[in-house]
Amino acid sequence: MANREINGEGQPPVLTVNNLKTHFFTDEGTVKAVDGASFSAPAGKTVGIVGESGCGKSVTALSILRIVQKPGRIVDGEIILRRADDAEPVDLAKLDAEGGAIRAIRGGEIALVFQEPMTSFSPHYTIGNQIVETIRLHQDVGKAEARNRTIELLRMVGIPRPERRIDEYPFELSGGLRQRVMIAMALSCNPKILIADEPTTALDVTTQAQILDLLREIQARTQMSVIIITHDMGVIAEMADDVIVMYLGRVVESGPVDEIFHRAKHPYTQALLRSIPSIFAAPRSKLPTIAGSIPHPHNRPAGCPFHPRCAERMMGKCDVHIPRLRPVSRRQMASCFLYHEPDEAPIT
Amino acid sequence: MLAYAIRRFLLALLTIWAISVLAFAIIQLPPGDYVTAYIAQLASSGVDVTPEFAENLRQQYGLDSPVWVQYLKWMEQISRGNFGRSLEWRAPVLDMIGDRLWLTMAVSLSAVLFTWALALPIGIYSAVRQYSIADYIFTFIGFIGLAVPSFLLALILMYVGFRYFGANIGGLFSPEYQLADWSPGKVWDLIKHLPLPAIILGMAGAAQLIRIMRANLLDELRKPYVITARAKGMSEFRLILKYPVRAALNPFVSTLGYLFPFIISGSIIVALVLSLPTIGPLLLRALVSQDMFLAGTIVLFLGIMTVIGTFISDILLMWIDPRIRFERRE
Repeated sequence: MANREINGEGQPPVLTVNNLKTHFFTDEGTVKAVDGASFSAPAGKTVGIVGESGCGKSVTALSILRIVQKPGRIVDGEIILRRADDAEPVDLAKLDAEGGAIRAIRGGEIALVFQEPMTSFSPHYTIGNQIVETIRLHQDVGKAEARNRTIELLRMVGIPRPERRIDEYPFELSGGLRQRVMIAMALSCNPKILIADEPTTALDVTTQAQILDLLREIQARTQMSVIIITHDMGVIAEMADDVIVMYLGRVVESGPVDEIFHRAKHPYTQALLRSIPSIFAAPRSKLPTIAGSIPHPHNRPAGCPFHPRCAERMMGKCDVHIPRLRPVSRRQMASCFLYHEPDEAPIT
Repeated sequence: MLAYAIRRFLLALLTIWAISVLAFAIIQLPPGDYVTAYIAQLASSGVDVTPEFAENLRQQYGLDSPVWVQYLKWMEQISRGNFGRSLEWRAPVLDMIGDRLWLTMAVSLSAVLFTWALALPIGIYSAVRQYSIADYIFTFIGFIGLAVPSFLLALILMYVGFRYFGANIGGLFSPEYQLADWSPGKVWDLIKHLPLPAIILGMAGAAQLIRIMRANLLDELRKPYVITARAKGMSEFRLILKYPVRAALNPFVSTLGYLFPFIISGSIIVALVLSLPTIGPLLLRALVSQDMFLAGTIVLFLGIMTVIGTFISDILLMWIDPRIRFERRE
């Protein structure tokens, strides 16, 4: 696989997503939330998935765990999870979404941290109850043992006086504490992969920095793979080893974080980077934005999905053919006709 | 939490007092009074009544004193357990209500149990499998259940029971137990007779609750905490019962208080059709014949039952939803 070349430093990736397509079949038509996304998560590293709202980042995360809600469905592609060294890899996309096999992986091998720490906990149970439940779902331990572990986890994520906090309800905690609890819950079964879906979006800036530090510190200690989903290039710069840029359900560019920030190839990535506010910019100058807006999901443009907003589009090529993700340098890939010629026949 | 419960309890007492004033006002509303009615009765049966006798009677019953004194006297009697006498039946009100009150509670309780036993699982199923064939079927049956008046359902069931099964399904007792004293046999007989009125009385409520449960649960199922629970690897069945269903129960519990009086006052016609010895028909007759003390006492009892029901639902709600517990504490 080309992906493997880019990320691979010896070890094969823990998770490989190939040509994933998750579509939502609504009465108004089919929404192709994820439409042929491919990427991989190397062991012990952080992959950042970045893109505007509605580009399919979150649906990708939900697809990996097989918890896409109706009317959404994975229609194509594979999600290969490599397990312990000698075990057969599993294709998560082929598992029964409500079966025991995927449920053992959910929360056990792959854990998820959500964007909204406010609403991601049930207000009807204490945080202890909700974490203990996760532990006892995946591990054969008694109540007392699970409770002790929960207290340890809460201590590890920096909750003060965890033996008291464990019996508190989510609404008694601040947003930052709640996100820490969320992380503790995700870590409770020592997952191999942690997917963090906009983990800091709902938090204030100081708290954001603390949570990101915490995630990095835990990753250094546990050597798990982290997939961090965000629209914030700052978070990417701080956290990610590899970056995947998504637009309208497709990966448009991928590569190591340095390459993406300093030698971005795809016009969309370049535009995204230009629209980061800088403290060095001239005062009162206008922040560059990407022209136009994300097309309505029912009216996807033909050809390259970005071409209507692209400054470098080549008519006759970009609006007819769909570009493929191809290597543009040794460690970087982009799907853009600036770097490769279209395949013979137009693909729709 | 205890302080909250005590405060609710004191408020409940206050409400009961207000209800007693209202109930008294209601029994005072019809023109004339007990004596007028009594004398009219005597006169109609040919007994000549002198004005002095009427005056004596008024003094005897305290009807010549101001209204608030009469109210206090009524209250005083009630506090001693004397609810007055029924004009029409010439018997103490308590004897009139006595058994009927307990039977009413038995019928109401079984109707509520039937309602919940039917509405909760179907509501949950309809929400979880929204727009499935079964959901549409339940919706269809539910709307029919809502639209058909209970008394009509009662008539149909009685007809079917009589015509095809030869069973007389009215009443709460078999003829041999009708006038018998309470015994295990009579209780068993009652239990055998309860399901039918419970089904008839509970049907409309169940149809309504299915819709409420379905709507509530659909709201809750879209909340992020459901996705969190799913991402933990919980089985769908356990997850739905533990998280969204618990949240969706809130409105169920908070309407518990109105349920009893609703079933009692809403069931009068059904009770007449099925000749159930419950309070409903008694209240209707008392109101028609201006039997003031009987009517007043029943109104008072209904009010008290509502207050008690609301009190219980408040406490239950606090137990179910920790957010309410904490709000009140502050």
